[in-house]
Amino acid sequence: MIISDIFQETYTALSANKARSGLTILGIIIGIGSVIAMISIGQGASGQIQSSIEGLGSNLLTVLPGVVQPGRGIVSSGRGAAQTLENKDIDILKQITGVAYVSPELQRRFQITSTGGNNTNSTIIGVWPEYQQVRNVSVENGSFIAENQLRSMGRVAVLGPTVAKDLFADSDPFGKTIRINKINFKVIGVLASKGSAGFFNPDDTVFVPLTTMQKILAGADFLSTIAISVEDKNLMPQVQEEAIAALAARHRVDLQNPDFSIVSQADIIGTLTQVTDTFTIFLAAVAGISLLVGGIGIMNMMLTTVTERTREIGLRKAIGAKKKDISFQFLIEAVTLTFLGGAAGVLLGWVISVAVSSFAGIATQVSWTAIALAFGVSAAIGIIFGYYPARRAASLNPIEALRYE
Amino acid sequence: MIEIKNITKIYKNGDIETHALKNISFKIKDGEFVAIMGPSGSGKSTLMHIIGCLDTPTGGQYFLDNSDVSKLSDDELADIRMQKIGFVFQTFNLLPRATVLRNVSLPLVYAGVKKEDREKRAKKALSESAFPEQFWNHYSNQLSGGMMQRVAIARALVNNPSLVLADEPTGNLDTKTGEIVLDTFQRLHIEQSRTIVLITHEPYVAEHAQRIINIRDGEIVSDNMNHHRRIINKYHAR
Repeated sequence: MIISDIFQETYTALSANKARSGLTILGIIIGIGSVIAMISIGQGASGQIQSSIEGLGSNLLTVLPGVVQPGRGIVSSGRGAAQTLENKDIDILKQITGVAYVSPELQRRFQITSTGGNNTNSTIIGVWPEYQQVRNVSVENGSFIAENQLRSMGRVAVLGPTVAKDLFADSDPFGKTIRINKINFKVIGVLASKGSAGFFNPDDTVFVPLTTMQKILAGADFLSTIAISVEDKNLMPQVQEEAIAALAARHRVDLQNPDFSIVSQADIIGTLTQVTDTFTIFLAAVAGISLLVGGIGIMNMMLTTVTERTREIGLRKAIGAKKKDISFQFLIEAVTLTFLGGAAGVLLGWVISVAVSSFAGIATQVSWTAIALAFGVSAAIGIIFGYYPARRAASLNPIEALRYE
Repeated sequence: MIEIKNITKIYKNGDIETHALKNISFKIKDGEFVAIMGPSGSGKSTLMHIIGCLDTPTGGQYFLDNSDVSKLSDDELADIRMQKIGFVFQTFNLLPRATVLRNVSLPLVYAGVKKEDREKRAKKALSESAFPEQFWNHYSNQLSGGMMQRVAIARALVNNPSLVLADEPTGNLDTKTGEIVLDTFQRLHIEQSRTIVLITHEPYVAEHAQRIINIRDGEIVSDNMNHHRRIINKYHAR
């Protein structure tokens, strides 16, 4: 039997029962469509998280006081509680080869009021000018903290867009005065919006020179974070190791039990993608169940078809069809159904994910792997669920099949 | 050439054994037109299944064109059916959603014949069974019973078989269309020297054959040349 003959038979058989074939295909369409949609929503979410974390600065190592306990992630790091990072640590870190910029930071929350009478409670970060390169922030209006303001303990502030809006509504804050902890600061710039990244919203922050923060606002010499920007991605593990060794030596602590920790960006992304991956697998599993139900629908239809066409099978066998001819014919019928369903399902899933991202604002990403997977799975479902009915057809006794009423 | 040697067929249903055929032997030479006649339950259907290679006997031997086909596997039997046997059934068994030409060329599909050759041979077989050309592209469920049976005869002829096996071919037809079908068989026998085996329970139908084998309770009662043969139209041997 030639392939074109099998397809002619398949076409005739499927088009003879258009409603039944259509409904069976619909089951596969819904299954494949939801798998595609769910995977693309999951992949879109992890892609979004990854890009927003990379947006916080590239090739970033973050030195934190205290110990990040394995398995508890960065949330429970007790940031601010330990006071083990000092200004002297900065120089040591700068000497490590491969380090591009070092950005020491001290952050606290203070009450901020504007001259207009608006007030907000926000995070104030004392920074060096390097912060701009390391954390990848851009100033929309005005300028960032400069070297001379750092040296002279200047009472100047750069506002994040959220804070600017809270304090000044729609008017331009540039050049205006704000009061942080009852001390006057002059606004010298407003940052461009970056969007929230997990637990930290860089838009809801105010930046002041580190010296001003340490001497005037916090009255403390320590640092809450030192961010290190590494020249090259490949140098990151090496720089991380050297930084640990250098800091441990300076702090006179055991390497195995340091009083600080260094988190690389890859660690953070790893933790968060683990979450989104679990989420994706969960969604895909739920969608997979509907695909399984669709597959059972195929099997149900094929079994009905085999019963209905018993006499036809008997005749085909009488005129010389072998077992494999019959089983192949029914298998191809099942695979054709699932393949049509798979193609339409990919289209449906794509439409759903486009609709989700445009109406619900959730980023989605239809990947070629998901599409290839869907086609593979639909063909496999056709073979798995078509196999039993096809075998049943092939093993019919021609005499009994011809007598079947 | 068909040679049946001491064929027995026993059906087992639990502990009960049914002897459908009891030690049957006969020969059918090429070009013979034989009717196998018997009432229902006589074993004639079982005999037909064995002659038609749809089933294998419990004991004995069956030589078709001098090769023993009594102990072949299902797929080997399918090959024999494809090459050497053409079936005509009481209920026609045509594919309803296929054209006449497609129905007739179906055995060639399984025989792996090329598309162009199939159509040529199907058209030839349709002319041999006197099927009118204007209906060649009709769907088979649009035809009358007599027409359907002639399509079935054409389908039986298309693989140029050694044996045409007709199982109650007139059973679903009225007398007049039944005669047209019987006439077709007689013409194929006389003009083309086809070997035809016709299974029936009606003496009237059997009388159109050259030789009549009577079976009853699984045994041959009589096996005689038919001296009072009914001829519908006179044909001249080629």
